[in-house]
Amino acid sequence: MAKRVLMTGNEALGEGAIRGGCDCYFGYPITPQNELTAYMARHMPDHDRTFIQSESEIAAINMVFGASVAGARSMTSSSSPGVSLKQEGMSYLAGCCLPALIVNVMRAGPGLGDITPSQADYFQATRGGGHGDYRTVVLTPATVQEMHDFAAEAFDIADRYRNPVMILTDGRLGQMMEPLTLWDKEAAPPAKPWALTGAAKRIKRTIRSYYAGRVPENNARIQATLRKIEQNEVRFETYMMDDADIMLVAFGTAARLCRGAVDCVRADGIRAGLLRPQTVWPFPHEAIAGYCDQLKTVLTVEMNAGQMVEDVRLAVEGRTPVRFYGTIGGDVPSVADVVEQIRLLTTGSES
Amino acid sequence: MSEIALYTRPQSLEDVSMHYCPGCGHGIVHKLIAELMDEMDLRDKTVAVAPVGCSVIAYEYWDVDCTEAAHGRAPAVATGIKRFRPDAFVLVYQGDGDLASIGIAETIYAANRGENFTTIFINNTIYGMTGGQMAPTTLPGQVTTTSPTGRDVATMGYPIRMCEIYDTLEAPSFIARTMLDSPGGIRKTKTLIRKAFEAQVAGQGFSVVEILSPCPTYMRMDPIQAMKHIKDKVSEYFPVKIFRDRTAE
Repeated sequence: MAKRVLMTGNEALGEGAIRGGCDCYFGYPITPQNELTAYMARHMPDHDRTFIQSESEIAAINMVFGASVAGARSMTSSSSPGVSLKQEGMSYLAGCCLPALIVNVMRAGPGLGDITPSQADYFQATRGGGHGDYRTVVLTPATVQEMHDFAAEAFDIADRYRNPVMILTDGRLGQMMEPLTLWDKEAAPPAKPWALTGAAKRIKRTIRSYYAGRVPENNARIQATLRKIEQNEVRFETYMMDDADIMLVAFGTAARLCRGAVDCVRADGIRAGLLRPQTVWPFPHEAIAGYCDQLKTVLTVEMNAGQMVEDVRLAVEGRTPVRFYGTIGGDVPSVADVVEQIRLLTTGSES
Repeated sequence: MSEIALYTRPQSLEDVSMHYCPGCGHGIVHKLIAELMDEMDLRDKTVAVAPVGCSVIAYEYWDVDCTEAAHGRAPAVATGIKRFRPDAFVLVYQGDGDLASIGIAETIYAANRGENFTTIFINNTIYGMTGGQMAPTTLPGQVTTTSPTGRDVATMGYPIRMCEIYDTLEAPSFIARTMLDSPGGIRKTKTLIRKAFEAQVAGQGFSVVEILSPCPTYMRMDPIQAMKHIKDKVSEYFPVKIFRDRTAE
């Protein structure tokens, strides 16, 4: 029977990655994700797997690249400033069609910012982040259970498409404790007939993104993969949407608060509901668009100055007014704050 | 009359034209590596890492599994490969800008962890691929496009001696500097690369051979002058010697 445990989000994520078949972890210290690195340092050796505390974020992502080249399920984790440093390596992973898991436990920016939780790396995460045309699959857990489950599943997604996958979360989810059920499926990594193993009894293999004169060909291959991901991997959850005429859209920590706010205003007869993207790339455009006919307003709630709201507007295409409420610089809204925003919408005042 | 082949192309070297300039050292070193892969039976288990620089498409010249790496990051990439596949023979090939400038952190830390792979380091005192800019190893007074009146050590610093830095670390098993100044120098270079390969095969940890190599195009010399320059000037600043050899232990 599946085991129930109490863990922090960061540790649950680490355990999920181990159960998902993570062969190699490489990381560098940064708050608020240190519990994850420490968890991997403690537990990867138990499974005869590789843990290295790298000399830098840049080294870590390139170790991930190397392990992936060799066929491993490999990952790194960091927080916002560190993830900025990893962008070059992520671009190379995407350009070379290599699977990997990158975890961003977001904190406030720009610059050194603060160690407080934030969602301000949405643009970086969903637009590729590094140079060149590419995207990473971006999973956005909202519970410690999802931190765990998404980490376990991330390697399957990465291997299926040979594309990097990111888990985009924040310091609050990383450091809070919740009960969860441990992943109990056996990891089943696919054969990797492209991996570098030494060319015994076969022709050599080359892994590269450098194709002087033939880059369009490589990029077309990547784009075709991204279209498949868009078709197959959109994930979202709805709450109280059947009769809703106000739809909240939020992910991660902000979505938890919105759920609470929906419960509060429903008690007063306000028909609010929530759509919570569990992937922000690919984004649930169609699901959001599908609700437009029943809605008076969409309210997007984020812990940033307004980033995902642009994707919501692209989904809605002007058919419904889209409002935004956000907290910036590491502040986290309260349920009461969100309730107030919903009430303002219903009384005709604008936020 | 029957023909006797005294020398043939190594099997681990592809039968293609290389893009290197006339008199460049890369082709020579590629060939030495391929000969040793044949002689030491390494081809089938080699995973090589190509750098960014003139040798960026080294994977088109060796008949082995090979990956690219971002500029300077080859030692980190090789770390990932070797940790997951400890039975592979992992070869890292880097130039001076890649190894000693943008990638110096990865260079030092992989060596310091004693990662069990071999680095072949081509030091030709110049950035060749980008058109002759000042390298970390550019000699004092050397004219480049970014030191047009010569490297001024007062503002641009001194050339970095990497073997001497490696030699401060406990973990490396084999550290040597050699030069492509003559047929004798080429033979000596092959001997040292063999030792570095042997160190890895024996599991002794990080091994590196720095090779002072001609770049006639950006040394702005003919190939013979460039080789003579290596012997007379470059090796004066970068002494050619074996810094450490634990292969006998």
